[in-house]
Amino acid sequence: MGITGIFLITFLIVHCGVNALIFFNDGGILFTKAAHFMGTNWLIRTMEIVLFAGIIWHIVQALVLTLQNQKARPVQYAVVNGTANSKWYSRWMGLLGTLILIFLILHLNHFWVDSRITGIDHPPIIIEGHEYDNLYAEMKDVFENPIVVIIYVLAMFSLAYHLLHGFQSAFQSLGLNHKKYTSLIKAVGFWFSIIVPFVFALMPIAMYLGFVK
Amino acid sequence: MSGNMNLTLKVWKQRNKEERGKFETYSVKDISPDMSFLEMFDVLNEQLIAEGKDPIAFDHDCREGICGMCSMYINGRPHGPLQGVTTCQLHMRSFKDGDIIVVEPWRSAAFPVIKDLAVDRSSFDRIMAAGGFVSVNTGNARDANSILIPKDDADDAFNAAACIGCGACVAACKNSSAMLFVSAKVSQLALLPQGKVEAKTRVEKMVAQMDAEGFGNCTNTYACEAECPKNISVENIARMNREFIAAKLS
Repeated sequence: MGITGIFLITFLIVHCGVNALIFFNDGGILFTKAAHFMGTNWLIRTMEIVLFAGIIWHIVQALVLTLQNQKARPVQYAVVNGTANSKWYSRWMGLLGTLILIFLILHLNHFWVDSRITGIDHPPIIIEGHEYDNLYAEMKDVFENPIVVIIYVLAMFSLAYHLLHGFQSAFQSLGLNHKKYTSLIKAVGFWFSIIVPFVFALMPIAMYLGFVK
Repeated sequence: MSGNMNLTLKVWKQRNKEERGKFETYSVKDISPDMSFLEMFDVLNEQLIAEGKDPIAFDHDCREGICGMCSMYINGRPHGPLQGVTTCQLHMRSFKDGDIIVVEPWRSAAFPVIKDLAVDRSSFDRIMAAGGFVSVNTGNARDANSILIPKDDADDAFNAAACIGCGACVAACKNSSAMLFVSAKVSQLALLPQGKVEAKTRVEKMVAQMDAEGFGNCTNTYACEAECPKNISVENIARMNREFIAAKLS
């Protein structure tokens, strides 16, 4: 789970970085160019397949581990005081992951299906004489709906807590625990878990409120 | 005596491995806050014997926190509400008059209940037998300082060796994982020159045996470290993972 987890974390960096280009507030020109690159570059398209495989493998690993773990305790305790010895989100990673998966299906349906399969409803945007898919207009459309915005923001809370445990846990599972560096890994993991979901959540909010035009 | 308390106990009763158990409710009166938790159980058992009832089976031996026998899961936590202690080191002053205390055995497929609160932890013995030893011939006793060991390594090995094999890590873990125990036993040897010789085969054999016994997988909630009466660190788990990955790759 550690290896697939770190792989998915690296994807988040790229995804968050590219999408954050909307905050340049240039009518989506930079974002559109970046999205075009991501959609047409052969290496990125190959990595897209690896990414889907990574997500599926992460889920399969989680299911196998959960089934094995349930088998390891056939009779449950009557009273469990988990808060006394561990963080709630470390115990509820499966639930947080499931919420993220539900969000992911919705999210892929909003953007990925349109841009890669069915095609985008909006006419292409012309920048410097070149035609580009207008994913930016699609984004604005999707985030006009306040319910969608709320779902996206709530999903980012799930992602934040999933990362709060997952980031440092991945390093521990791979044996990367060191007297000097573990505190650094934990600090980086903490801020990563806050900043990345925060920037993601800011996108639908900014578009809905019209801060990004 | 003033300060003494009356308590209600809900204790798991199970006649043997095969039969299904259930909770029985008992009342104990006039319990001194200075008693240990096990002494309170002694009072209850004497009461039950006097009444002609079956006393509660529970494991205990040294009663000074070093044998690791007193496996009781008290109000949702192994060894009760305090950190860094075994059940025998838990005193009744941690409770108050009128409390209802729920006592269960360690719950794990790898620790089957023998009777009531006593569980069979021989799975730990089999993990140790699989590789938790140094089998090379070390010859005659040598001068104490002829093999130089960095102080940090010696301290880490000693701290890992403080594990008493009580199984609280397994009991506390939501996955019933034995990683803290096995990693402490791997580390106490892997850190020292005498143990390095067989480090590769040791970690492979001990992990294989751990899996064969039916313990769960570690998901790094660190409940084990929080509940360990000897404060064994999860750094040992990372060390074992490191040793294991290196052994598998080499």
